[in-house]
Amino acid sequence: MSDSLVRLGDIVGFLGRIMLQVPRALLRFQLIVDQVYNAGALSLVIVMLSGLFVGMVLGLQGFELLQRFGSEQALGTAAAIGLVKELGPVVTALLFAGRAGTALAAELGLMRATDQLSAMEMMAVDPIRRVVAPRFLGGVIAMPLLAAIFSMIGIYGAQLVGVQIMKVDAGSFWSQMRASVHLIDLNEGIVKSCVFGVACSLIAVYEGYHAAPTAEGVGAATTRTVVTSAVIVLFLDYLITAFFL
Amino acid sequence: MRKSRAMNLGTGLFVLLGFAALFFLTTQTTNRGVSFHSEPHYRVTAKFDNIGDLKVGAPVSMAGVEIGRVVGIGFDSRDYKAVVAMNLNAKYNQIPTDSDASIYTQSLLGGKFVGISPGGAETYLKNNDQIAFTQSAFVLENLIGQFLANFGKSSDHSKSAAGAGGQVK
Amino acid sequence: MNQTSAIIEIRDLSYAVGGRTIFDKFDMDVARGRVTAVMGPSGTGKTTLLRLITRQVRADSGSIRVAGAELGALTHAEIFALRRRMGMLFQNGALLTDLSVFENVAFPLREHTRLDERLIRNLVLTKLQAVGLRGAAELGTAELSGGMARRVALARAIVMDPEILIYDEPFVGLDPISKGVVLRLIRRLNDALGLTSILVSHDVHEIASVADAVFLLSGGKVVAHGTPQELQSFPSEVVKQFVGGLADGPVPFHYPAPDYYGQLLARDGAP
Repeated sequence: MSDSLVRLGDIVGFLGRIMLQVPRALLRFQLIVDQVYNAGALSLVIVMLSGLFVGMVLGLQGFELLQRFGSEQALGTAAAIGLVKELGPVVTALLFAGRAGTALAAELGLMRATDQLSAMEMMAVDPIRRVVAPRFLGGVIAMPLLAAIFSMIGIYGAQLVGVQIMKVDAGSFWSQMRASVHLIDLNEGIVKSCVFGVACSLIAVYEGYHAAPTAEGVGAATTRTVVTSAVIVLFLDYLITAFFL
Repeated sequence: MRKSRAMNLGTGLFVLLGFAALFFLTTQTTNRGVSFHSEPHYRVTAKFDNIGDLKVGAPVSMAGVEIGRVVGIGFDSRDYKAVVAMNLNAKYNQIPTDSDASIYTQSLLGGKFVGISPGGAETYLKNNDQIAFTQSAFVLENLIGQFLANFGKSSDHSKSAAGAGGQVK
Repeated sequence: MNQTSAIIEIRDLSYAVGGRTIFDKFDMDVARGRVTAVMGPSGTGKTTLLRLITRQVRADSGSIRVAGAELGALTHAEIFALRRRMGMLFQNGALLTDLSVFENVAFPLREHTRLDERLIRNLVLTKLQAVGLRGAAELGTAELSGGMARRVALARAIVMDPEILIYDEPFVGLDPISKGVVLRLIRRLNDALGLTSILVSHDVHEIASVADAVFLLSGGKVVAHGTPQELQSFPSEVVKQFVGGLADGPVPFHYPAPDYYGQLLARDGAP
């Protein structure tokens, strides 16, 4: 237990080091753009596919449940709120940790194992500024965008099942949604995805940077990235949800 | 470098898609997209005996058309009434001062909202006015209590109450 | 060697890690403009010495002066400034895998200078020419053999025209031809560019052909130093075993173990 707390403290300390280097890292904008591509664009396929299927399931389950109360028209509301407030940010974060997070951790771990980071220090280049910060920023920028895409495609999926297949009235689907979903719900979702972005990116670069310089070390780092990210995301999810209530 | 152009293109498309999704979510899923509070509005209050579960952000309608939002809910400890503050869209500035405000329910699973029925006065509500005539929220427990009190036998009549409630949509 | 001043002076250096003493009141001088070799059995801390000189790790006590500056007293920024005057060749090259050969060599220039793109190009190609790899400029790191990777790393190490060049085990895993190439480069660069070269290796043969001075480390201290020729005839068992490549001597052949016959017999008796 105390080990975990110590690690948590280390991770937060690492965040401090990264933040100090962010201003200078921003000067090399191309590096950040490359990392947004690695973290975001390359995750698009899995995020969009998952969003579609999650939305479709939401449409099915939501319809079945609401039908018991005779409130199928509320399907739009249910799907939109479920996705925007919870499923979008959380599922995207978990997918991100699995795809982009592990890639980041493995890449940094390998750079550590092949002395590339030491070489950089030797060449008087701060690896945090040159390598870690751009990857961190890439993840932070990509996450909210991925979550928004997930939610959008999810709503489309719910609409596909609800309106096209289950014959819920399209007008009610959208108008009830518009009436009941407030900007604050969207804000809650955006805040969540931003916070999750920071958390997942931070954990991934931390584990990779501090990996033991062996094959097992890199493997362990990627595993820890996914596990730690998942736990932290779900915990933060509760905190933020409670905060907004 | 060779890879850069394709990567930048991919990143640009991704970011564009992301912002398009955000735009979609903001405009297509929430009410009116643009935050209501950015349009000019004026503020009125109303006191109720019971607001039920009326929430801040609930709509204020007249003749079924949304004309404003609930922005604050307070409690007056002198006359033990709930004070509801509402922002009304400045476009609708011809609401008679003797109109009444009631709390309705949107649907079986829907939330409460404030409905305003026009009165006949020739003066209109202005900023910081109070609506004098109000009708409290419909509270399901009270209705069931009434049924139980009037009809005596519990099981048949909670079933009929539920049946009546279920058909109301 | 008496006239040239020492560019690196180490006095009374002590350093321990995890309870193990690696250096114990260690002294060493590296002469300016010469090729100095640091040798010793595996595990004596040769690579650690390099990390102490570049201050990637800090000594527990003692003094390390590089180009007149006391390492322990320098700030982070000053260390970084000092490192720009040093070049280091890592054991496996340590090229950045996401960059091409050209970009790897250009890396220090891009990070530390604001030179014009044409100037960078000329500098990079010049350094690649010096190591014989100008034609490989557009290759990716995955396409290089071990020897080629090390040469690219060497080009990168000299691109900022350092005063001190450090080689960490540069001959490991190379075929004879590549070894010859690296040897030639070490000598040529040192003399042509007026560098001071520090070579960490345990290849006695290769060292002998290229080093001006040799330090032999064992047990955290310098057990012998001098020219390669002096070391061949140095009156010490440790030196003789190392230089001669003898299997047994002060560094024993057998790992510590209980009595041989006792262990065999015990196995027979027990069920």
